[in-house]
Amino acid sequence: MAMREKPVDVVLVGFGWTGAIMAQQLCDAGMNVLALERAAARDTPVNWAPTFDQDELRYRWRDHLFQNVAYSTLTFRNNADQQALPMRKLGAFLPGTGVGGAGIHWNAQIWRFLPSDFKTRSHNRQRYGAAAVADLSVQDWPVAYEDLEPYYTMFDKLCGVSGKAGNLKGAIQPGGNPFEGARSEDYPTPPLPMTYAPTLFAQAAESMGYHPFPHPAGNLSQAYTNPLGMQLGKCTFCGFCEKFGCGNYSKASPQTTIIPYVLQKANFELRTDCDVLKVERTADGRQATGVTYVDSNGTEHFQPAGIVILTAFQLHNVHLLLLSGIGKPYDPRTGEGVVGKNYCYQTMGSVDVFFEDKLLNPFIGAGSLASVIDNYNGDNFDHGGLGFIGGAYIAALVTGARPIEMTRVPDGVPKWGLEWKQAAAHYFLRNFSLSVHGSNYAQAGNYLDLDPIYRDHFGRPMLRMTFDFTPNDLKMSAYVTDKAAEVARRMGASSVHPKPRKGPFDITPYQTTHTVGGTMMGDNPTDSVVNRYSQSWDVPNLFVTGAGLFPQNAGYNPTGTVAALAYMTADAIKSRYIKAPGPLVQA
Amino acid sequence: MAKHGSDLIGRRELLALGLAGSVAAADAATRHDGLLGGPSESIKGTLPWQDGMTDAPPAPEDGAFLSAAELAFVAAAADRLIPADPTGPSASEAGVPTFIDRQLAGGYGRGDHLFLGGPWPKGAPTQGYQSRFAPAQYYRTAIADIEEHVGSSYSGKAFKDLPPDRQDALLKQYEDGKVQLRRVEAKAFFTMFLQNVMEGYFSDPIYGGNRDMAAWKMIGFPGAHYDYSEWVTAYNRKVPIAPVGLRGRPGWDQA
Amino acid sequence: MSVGRAVRRGLAVIGILILLLIAIVVGTWIWAMNYPREATIEPTPATLSILAGPIADGPQAALLRRGRYLAVAGDCVSCHTRKGGAPFAGGLGLGTPFGLIYAPNITGDPETGIGNWTPDQFYRALTRGVDDEGHRLYPAFPYPWFTRISRADSDAILAWLKTVPAVRYMAPGNRLPFPADIRLSIAAWDGMFFRPGRFVADPKQSPDWNRGAYYVNGLGHCGACHTPLNLAGAARNDRFLQGSNLNQWVAPDLTGNERTGLGRWSVDELVEYLRTGRNAHANASGPMAEVVAYSTSFLSDADLRAAAIYLKSLKPSPDTAAAAPDPAAMRRGAGIFSDACASCHLADGSGQPRLFPPLPGSAVAQQRDPTGLLHLILAGGRTAPTPTRPAPLTMPSFAWKLSDQEAADVATYLRNSWGNRAAPVSASDAAHLRKALRLTAPLAIERNQGPNR
Repeated sequence: MAMREKPVDVVLVGFGWTGAIMAQQLCDAGMNVLALERAAARDTPVNWAPTFDQDELRYRWRDHLFQNVAYSTLTFRNNADQQALPMRKLGAFLPGTGVGGAGIHWNAQIWRFLPSDFKTRSHNRQRYGAAAVADLSVQDWPVAYEDLEPYYTMFDKLCGVSGKAGNLKGAIQPGGNPFEGARSEDYPTPPLPMTYAPTLFAQAAESMGYHPFPHPAGNLSQAYTNPLGMQLGKCTFCGFCEKFGCGNYSKASPQTTIIPYVLQKANFELRTDCDVLKVERTADGRQATGVTYVDSNGTEHFQPAGIVILTAFQLHNVHLLLLSGIGKPYDPRTGEGVVGKNYCYQTMGSVDVFFEDKLLNPFIGAGSLASVIDNYNGDNFDHGGLGFIGGAYIAALVTGARPIEMTRVPDGVPKWGLEWKQAAAHYFLRNFSLSVHGSNYAQAGNYLDLDPIYRDHFGRPMLRMTFDFTPNDLKMSAYVTDKAAEVARRMGASSVHPKPRKGPFDITPYQTTHTVGGTMMGDNPTDSVVNRYSQSWDVPNLFVTGAGLFPQNAGYNPTGTVAALAYMTADAIKSRYIKAPGPLVQA
Repeated sequence: MAKHGSDLIGRRELLALGLAGSVAAADAATRHDGLLGGPSESIKGTLPWQDGMTDAPPAPEDGAFLSAAELAFVAAAADRLIPADPTGPSASEAGVPTFIDRQLAGGYGRGDHLFLGGPWPKGAPTQGYQSRFAPAQYYRTAIADIEEHVGSSYSGKAFKDLPPDRQDALLKQYEDGKVQLRRVEAKAFFTMFLQNVMEGYFSDPIYGGNRDMAAWKMIGFPGAHYDYSEWVTAYNRKVPIAPVGLRGRPGWDQA
Repeated sequence: MSVGRAVRRGLAVIGILILLLIAIVVGTWIWAMNYPREATIEPTPATLSILAGPIADGPQAALLRRGRYLAVAGDCVSCHTRKGGAPFAGGLGLGTPFGLIYAPNITGDPETGIGNWTPDQFYRALTRGVDDEGHRLYPAFPYPWFTRISRADSDAILAWLKTVPAVRYMAPGNRLPFPADIRLSIAAWDGMFFRPGRFVADPKQSPDWNRGAYYVNGLGHCGACHTPLNLAGAARNDRFLQGSNLNQWVAPDLTGNERTGLGRWSVDELVEYLRTGRNAHANASGPMAEVVAYSTSFLSDADLRAAAIYLKSLKPSPDTAAAAPDPAAMRRGAGIFSDACASCHLADGSGQPRLFPPLPGSAVAQQRDPTGLLHLILAGGRTAPTPTRPAPLTMPSFAWKLSDQEAADVATYLRNSWGNRAAPVSASDAAHLRKALRLTAPLAIERNQGPNR
């Protein structure tokens, strides 16, 4: 029998980026908010202090800040003909755990999607014909770029993003991204200074008629105080950003931008080491009554709440809905059901670039230190005759050069032995890699459901991932990676090694943690899990945040859009739901 | 400590608090990455911190997992992956065998970040590691299998006693999965071993490898230096910063 | 000289000696009492709502708002709340080498608190150090400063304290050995060191200056920490607000000294520090973080400004000669600084003002007593979170990373670079503090013996 806890207005399941945003927004509106976090409290001076956070072995290779698969994992297969097997070791993606979630070890690459990214189906159908989307299960979003713009701006201000606007209220700005949707304001802080590799890239790209611009960065170019009074320092380019915590408070994270603010509120409580097992409902299933969680002693608790918000990582939100029996699970054989549908990833290509005569010093880096071209992203270019839709940005991204991971040698050099060693020693300071960060579009066979065999720590079915890259995305990656290689050659590189994404999807090598979909938002309950306010169609006092809301993935890092959607949801709860609880969109 | 049911703050109490602090730090170290066992806490005010509280890297566990014969295999094989030459030290000169032994003796060797539950059918390559063994057991089994294979192919000799070109050829066969070992997949073990050798060679010296930061010197990596603000735009120039580890460098204690 | 006179004289000498002994014993514990307290610098939201939540309108509202403001200015809550206990319910043990003294319950509970106290009794306690039953209070309670509080202010504080949620809680009896357990011994101490008085405005100074002096030397009781004590634990007026050791911290010099004091701070900067816990020169950590978080961050701009104006009028403390540092220590310290400190304080030590304090000119670095600097290096320190600047920016602990010699060398370097000047720091200073704070030993430097161990 679960211990019954004191009721709260709102319970948040997970305390990373969206949990923190929800807590701040709803506490400031006067609601009593409780956040349940499955793992421990974490903070800069204790868990990633500048005295020891530059430890590649411990953080990168021993998963010190990541989800521990010994405790929580999933099963994976490429297609329904295979048996799904457990992800026994982290590889392709690296979810977080503990307070701050993956918002601690991210790169802080803060993007907005293109206006056309919100109309993936109708826009591409209209421009390229029905055949362009025939093999894909892509959908339009129920929100437009213009709906999200104010919320994107809120997140930019929260984080103090460093960058250069390319489109201010419709006026194209030199030096920014000319393809972006109109911004209401410029970035809060100026762009980061560029190291050598991105500078060479920008020069080459410009000479080819492209429009290079500085990557929008949550690693700040100067000290910044956000609207909550939280302070961030300036980045010192230590090169331990991606997969590491930031020791000197210069990377935007829930801890550096929100959590201390909200912890001062009398109407907020955070409970750590509390793992939510299930969303509980009334007998008719139409209302959530709260959640059941288990503490670290193994004691079960029932936490009553007026509103339940799933603010965990995308994979866990999907898992929890499936385990709670909320929404109809997707069945690829019939095409019916929505929970777990349109699981997508990110199609990552790269180009390794080596010089003989230039010292690039790639260990000087930051998570978002990059020069970028967006000419081949989304629908920024004509796809006529190319046989695919979608695209990728091309970034000379220098996050640092951690030597276990990033001692690259040119293709053709063995991976070990004397030849490897001499090449490694020669090229370490003379190479970098272009990132080709591509969209990933949904297809009927890619989805998430419950595994029939493997059970998790609590005896519940594990989440099962069935996923492979589509021909559309592989063609896209080949095309844009080729374009990237052309720029690399223009840079005067001695050797250029394009690495477009090839299938099948392999869960072992790290690619990106941008897993999306499965709780997608839409205009009606037959093809989505939640409405445009992230509200469950089935249970109106249940909301779901995160990248699971995406019907498919655009060619950008998802967190900016995840945060904007969370702000929009919070706004709807504050301004409409609490006055008249019930569906915010009539089905 | 608590007398009369209240908080007492004094010198002796501070002493106790200090101890409590180190316990809290140890807790943080084991819990933050999702292991069970830490107490659930209700947090209001601020995230916990007190004097000295830190999840700093633990002192190395004195490695004693591998037997002398196993260690000899590791040293010999690692030195083929990273041989000695004037560019920099060999793997064993850099302490890689010590590193691997300590790793296998600790949490990594026990598989504290691996899911090892069954069943364990053979998977597709894209499904990754599918062994039921934690790395320590995996090494023990694999080394025994390899020495068995070597012994049967080279009249009872151990891997370490073969000439370097033979060793290289064998390792290449394992890398390519061309040899069927008795219990483990040669290719999967090779992948793990190569990764561990690179880890030992290039990780911070506190873990027992990268002795004298020689691997970092070899490639030109300044290590745990934190502030490169002044070097961001020093294009095409050598950055004259001596490598530093988490526990310092010779200049810290030698004038 | 008659036998009788000699005996009388002998008795008098013995009496004086006994009094002195008592004074020294009592003084020693006061000296030690200043800050071996648990650092709970972050007020809980529940405490914050008592200190800063709304007070309902009503006939008493003005009096209660004034009373609360004054109680916050006096930072009563810091000592009168035990960890995890109700605000103002007492029970925090103040430690001494000889025993413990407990802050009493000052909520309105009639039996265990001050619910039945009259304004006369309360005023007498604040300004004379005598409780409702006529017992003398230990000078752990800062009546030597509170003696300047006006009767009206005292009445307002009492009126508000009686509205704080009453909690029935009796702090444990004090545990002190002879002779400190004899409250009469305090009479002797009072007789020697306590000068009851009231605040007398200086007509030659501005109203702001006088208002600041009333706060700083009265309710604010700044001198309780920032003025050094004599052997008997009484404030040394000859070194008024010139900084003092707090056992494991240092309360810095507040005079106009440009190295160790506030000489380089403007009035605005001082106000900003007290309001937000941080300014262009320094971040409040350790005991001062608590003062800012519980007290000064809630005071009016006018009062903070008045305090700043008064403090800025203090004559600079005399500079002290400092031995030149060992060049080898400076070289080692420079290396450590570049590798380990520049992440936040930057290569030239200029820091990032309001986040990471600049080190050139730093008063904390240049205090005569390096304890505060070493405390920050070895144990770390958390900046006070305040309503307008909630970030609890924290200097991390270096205890695991730096040996005693390395900590001392980098401290010496900070105290003697960029124009800074202060006495070198020895490894034994660091060792002593490491032990006192029960911090971990540094990680052994890897003496890797290669493949054969």
